Amino acid sequence: VNPEDLRYAESHEWVRVDRDVGVIGITDHAQKQLGEIVYLELPEVGHMYDAGDEFGTVESVKAVSELFTPVSGEVVEVNKAAVAEPGIINDDPFGDGWLIKLKLSTDVEIGKLMSADAYAEYVREEEQEK
Amino acid sequence: MVSLAAAPTALRRTPLYDLHRELGAKMVDFGGWEMPVQYSGILEEHRAVRERVGLFDVSHMGEFDVTGPDALACLQRLTPNDVARLADGRIQYSAFLTERGTFVDDLLVYRKAASAYLLVVNAGNTPKDFAWATERGTGDARIVDRSADTALVAVQGPKAAVLLARLAAPDPSDLPYYGFRETAVCGAPALVSRTGYTGEDGFEVYCRPDDAARLFQALLEEGRPMGALPCGLGARDTLRLEAKMALYGNDIDDTVTAFEADLGWIVKLGKGDFIGRDALVAQKQAGVPRKLVGFEMVDRGIARHGYPAKTAAGPGLVTSGTHSPTLGKPIGLALLPSAATAVGTEFRVEIRGREAAARVVATPFYRRSEKT
Repeated sequence: VNPEDLRYAESHEWVRVDRDVGVIGITDHAQKQLGEIVYLELPEVGHMYDAGDEFGTVESVKAVSELFTPVSGEVVEVNKAAVAEPGIINDDPFGDGWLIKLKLSTDVEIGKLMSADAYAEYVREEEQEK
Repeated sequence: MVSLAAAPTALRRTPLYDLHRELGAKMVDFGGWEMPVQYSGILEEHRAVRERVGLFDVSHMGEFDVTGPDALACLQRLTPNDVARLADGRIQYSAFLTERGTFVDDLLVYRKAASAYLLVVNAGNTPKDFAWATERGTGDARIVDRSADTALVAVQGPKAAVLLARLAAPDPSDLPYYGFRETAVCGAPALVSRTGYTGEDGFEVYCRPDDAARLFQALLEEGRPMGALPCGLGARDTLRLEAKMALYGNDIDDTVTAFEADLGWIVKLGKGDFIGRDALVAQKQAGVPRKLVGFEMVDRGIARHGYPAKTAAGPGLVTSGTHSPTLGKPIGLALLPSAATAVGTEFRVEIRGREAAARVVATPFYRRSEKT
């Protein structure tokens, strides 16, 4: 279920790199854990982030979760459709439910993230610890 | 993204636990009980109750029998509402209050007979309530904790009456609001009351633990064609909040008086003495300093339980807050200084370090259209 062309973070975000732009979203596993998402808060275009920074929050009826960027860069676009209708994150977390696009500061961070297989293994281990 | 914590072990389970797992429920720790928070999804379950019918396991709730020649006098002393006004087969919303007029718990009083009552209390408070009541009970009245012998299934929604009528004999669908009767559901002995915690028409079915799973399954099977869904505590919370029903531990506790909670209607100062009366009389004379009110957000954001509030008249506190599935926007309850509680008054809520504007609104947020 995790697309092969994405890179994954332990905090359950994904990154899709297109030249010097990284598209960031949350994984299908993450949206399932959260349940139906009813509120999304994203930054303004122009914000600068370092890898690991909090860039927004996502809320289901019951829970609030912070969003962390796995890579550094400047926000060049935010998904306004997802802000208006956060349910699309549940419906299509790897597609229409993307969150922000960053102009990447460096191309070395992306290599430190997990592949689809490694992320699937990571989720399995995390589930077993519960 | 932070993973939601899984339910730890050593929690108490209701007789419906295995069925919940079978139905795919996500389980959480609720007041020491491992309870379903959702099955198919909170929004969908919420909608089922508003439009059709939903089934809830609320077997974790506590039940006490109060019996004996002095049962009425005892309850008049322990609770602020006027138990003498209850007829057989009728129910009253009430509370146990501290000497300060604050909540030990909120509860329901069922009158079975002049000398026999049933109290229904919050799950997490059951041991505390039982100790509190037995220490303070007066005269020839016996208080017995029946919680372990009692399972409870709530059938809530506009189709609840039609559904129960098919499975219960005698049919409870002619019961008045806050009325109850002994009946049989699927042949199992049950006490059925027209009560609930959703703001919708509905019933609560008290039965033996051994019958609970069969009953829940039969109700679900019979209800499926009319759109019935099993519903968890997540939907129960959004439903009760839209109806502005207080949740102990969130909106009311032993720091909030009955007047502050806007529950003055369960306080009958004229009925004679009861625990907490002196403090409430004094507060009424001095003026109630703060009140529980409903609010909506002006700015974006969901203000949740425990978030600080700032008003022109001083600080307040958000006691409950969520996204309202029916209204499609954030709503909440807050304890605010009385001078800032008029409908339309704007105030600020601190949402994780950011200030957002909110506005006091009339409650309940949702009122069902059909009268029952």
